[in-house]
Amino acid sequence: MTESTSPSFAGLEVGQVVAEREIAFTRDMLVRYAGASGDFNPIHYNDVIAEEVGLPGVIAHGMLTMGVGASVVEEWAGAGNVSDYQVRFTRPIPVPNPGEAVVTVSARIGALDEERRTARVDLTVAHGETKVLGKAQALVDCE
Amino acid sequence: MPVNPDAAGRSYGPFEPYEVTRVKIREFADAVDAWSGAHRDVAIAQAEGFQDLVAPTTFAVVIAQRAEFHVVTDPEVGVDFSMVVHGEERFTHVRPLVAGDVITTTVHVDEIKQRAGISMVTTRAELVDADGAPVSTVTSTLAVREAA
Repeated sequence: MTESTSPSFAGLEVGQVVAEREIAFTRDMLVRYAGASGDFNPIHYNDVIAEEVGLPGVIAHGMLTMGVGASVVEEWAGAGNVSDYQVRFTRPIPVPNPGEAVVTVSARIGALDEERRTARVDLTVAHGETKVLGKAQALVDCE
Repeated sequence: MPVNPDAAGRSYGPFEPYEVTRVKIREFADAVDAWSGAHRDVAIAQAEGFQDLVAPTTFAVVIAQRAEFHVVTDPEVGVDFSMVVHGEERFTHVRPLVAGDVITTTVHVDEIKQRAGISMVTTRAELVDADGAPVSTVTSTLAVREAA
């Protein structure tokens, strides 16, 4: 027996918030993401090198921010149900040491396609008041 | 040295196949705060209709970036990696990646746009499974600043 986890298309409304999450980015998270992804660019763990290339210090991997955004969408959509996902990286997230950078993710329905039974989920990802992703959109296959 | 605009249209690969493992899926799911049991427990994944553990949405970047590495380190393309900022990324999945997949990747340099000392380099990685069936397309745009 298989149990589909796709969300139901019926009842969805444009503008509806389907998932939200607050994540505290820490240096530990960046190291963990570096290892998991294989992206060992030192600007994500070494302050000296980050400052040498003109950054305020160590910044989060854009792909970590993008990946966390997908996880928030998946929390509603179910694993394996996002068929298309795109973002623009507009602002870096400096991650202090010690300390944390609090990132908020809000996923709302941006558009609905009745024929294909897909929902476009628009993500707002912010560090404090600063939006860090632009045009962050995920396409979700619905039942 | 600026990026060479004539590198647009080049292709790299296919490279040695990448084997998607349960361990790597779990590790990646932990790293991106993905909570679904289908990333961790085979029984849950199978109950949801997947052959094995299902990868998080952006897992394909692990495979794509290994292939893109050949572009950014090609001296004839001329990317100074210390001057790179990630501009855009897009995943288009035909189906989700699952543990046990053996993925072969080819990467194409689709476009190089230059203005005001910045080169925008867009690559497209095409991921296919062991049967040659398309699985995912990963499009990535890097902004490369010219050294002052």
